[in-house]
Amino acid sequence: MTIGHHAMIDQWYPVALASQLPPEGRTTQLMGTAIRVLPGDPVRVVTGDGRDLRVTLRYGHVWTSLGEPSKDLFDIPEADQPGRRLVEVGVVRVRCSPLRAVENFLDIAHFPFVHTDILGAEPHTEVGKYDVEIREKEDEVWATKVQFYQPQAAKSATGGITTDYMYRVPAPTSTVLYKTCPARPGEWDVITLFVQPLTEELCDVWPWMALFDDETALTDLIHFQQMIFLQDRSILENQIPRLLPLDPGREIPTRADLTSVAYRRWLKRHQFTYGAQLVAQ
Amino acid sequence: MILYDYILSPDAYKVRLMAALTGLKLELWAVDMHPGREHQSEPLLALNPAGSIPILVDGDLILTESAAMLVYLAKLAAPEWLGENDAADAARIQQWLSFSRRLTDHLGGARATEMLVEPGDLPSLQRAGTVDLREVEAALAERRIVGQCFLAADRATIADIACFPYVALAPDGGLSLDPYPSIRLWMRAIRMLPGFIEMPGIHRLHELKPEPVSDMPETV
Ligand SMILES: N[C@H](CCC(=O)N[C@@H](CS)C(=O)NCC(=O)O)C(=O)O
Ligand SMILES: [Fe+2]
Repeated sequence: MTIGHHAMIDQWYPVALASQLPPEGRTTQLMGTAIRVLPGDPVRVVTGDGRDLRVTLRYGHVWTSLGEPSKDLFDIPEADQPGRRLVEVGVVRVRCSPLRAVENFLDIAHFPFVHTDILGAEPHTEVGKYDVEIREKEDEVWATKVQFYQPQAAKSATGGITTDYMYRVPAPTSTVLYKTCPARPGEWDVITLFVQPLTEELCDVWPWMALFDDETALTDLIHFQQMIFLQDRSILENQIPRLLPLDPGREIPTRADLTSVAYRRWLKRHQFTYGAQLVAQ
Repeated sequence: MILYDYILSPDAYKVRLMAALTGLKLELWAVDMHPGREHQSEPLLALNPAGSIPILVDGDLILTESAAMLVYLAKLAAPEWLGENDAADAARIQQWLSFSRRLTDHLGGARATEMLVEPGDLPSLQRAGTVDLREVEAALAERRIVGQCFLAADRATIADIACFPYVALAPDGGLSLDPYPSIRLWMRAIRMLPGFIEMPGIHRLHELKPEPVSDMPETV
């Protein structure tokens, strides 16, 4: 195992929905290691060879780490804001690198082509200028001032609107997006993708949301997001190579994928390379 | 008419698709199957003790088998979808409606295991699903030889609608459709039907792929 793999071993990963743990537990995998998530108080996560792993319950999910995380799980302050609906979307397995699942989520340019007539539509394919930075203090990737025209931005949207977005990567396989909230102007809806790396080329993806929307039935919110994520899944499973190439020589930044460039740069800086293909110079 | 529906359920999509193709209006009632397992809840088990989706309710009539729902919608609004009265054609349609259950079990099982992380023996589901796909491919190849592109008649019938969704979604269960040219042509014909609707994983015809770029001059 390389040094890079160690860097990712000390991170937190989602391994189950806390509300959906069966009595016998959930048998799964984390970065190639067999684990069992056991219900109870406290919830436990044990490896095949009987080792108890660190556990934290947050954002509806059970999080664990194979190593020793130096920090608590990243904060999403909006999750505790009164009045938000917390939406557990459930797991979807994808045959792709966990890093690719995050990278695709960051790429706004795919909306009109992959989420046609929902999150984007031709001919409105232009992504305007926006800001991308690696925030040193928080050690997170942020893209702000992203604007995009959307025919149906949310389940509650009734017509096309120009949506404002912010993207955030607080951990190598977790990403949070903030978007215009149709029901409450001035607030941001929070939509996340929490990715559980099973292997370098296989992941379980746990979308989760914290929305202001008192109108839409919870089931409809879940299904809207499942529909969107399944559209991504068919793209993700067809990407070649399966691993995410991390090669500075190959970056040809266009405005649309500046966030992806910053994400890759941040991964490289931290040696977060589980699921990456390191291309020799 | 109420359809207890799930957006990712191919069996529920059959009914939505049939309604769209025949111009019938359904009232959709979304069931939180995944992750909520609402299909196993008391109220839904009272409607359908089998605990499956879809369920179609029209007044006193409660249907829990998608094949029966297709027959019902076709009889109501578009009897031409039931095929000819010819004995062989009528039997062929019944044959495919029953066969479609195997697709639910095998291809649907592989998809639930591979995509939604449900328990299941993926290799054996995929093996059984491959046998089913070969049977559909062989049947469609024979139809093509006599100049027809649908399963049971010289037009699309409920047999095609019953078999189409799980076949089209076989890649979700890890089974590529590349080896099955007749199936791919048949899926194209179904997606060309006026009124066709999509579900996640089954796209409309103008594909996502950009036009192929070629250095060759255009030929007319
Ligand atoms: N009743 C049959 C089968 C329907 C069926 O199996 N539906 C799946 C969803 S696509 C289901 O409800 N599965 C229940 C489960 O997996 O527990 C039909 O309508 O064709
Ligand atoms: Fe997407």
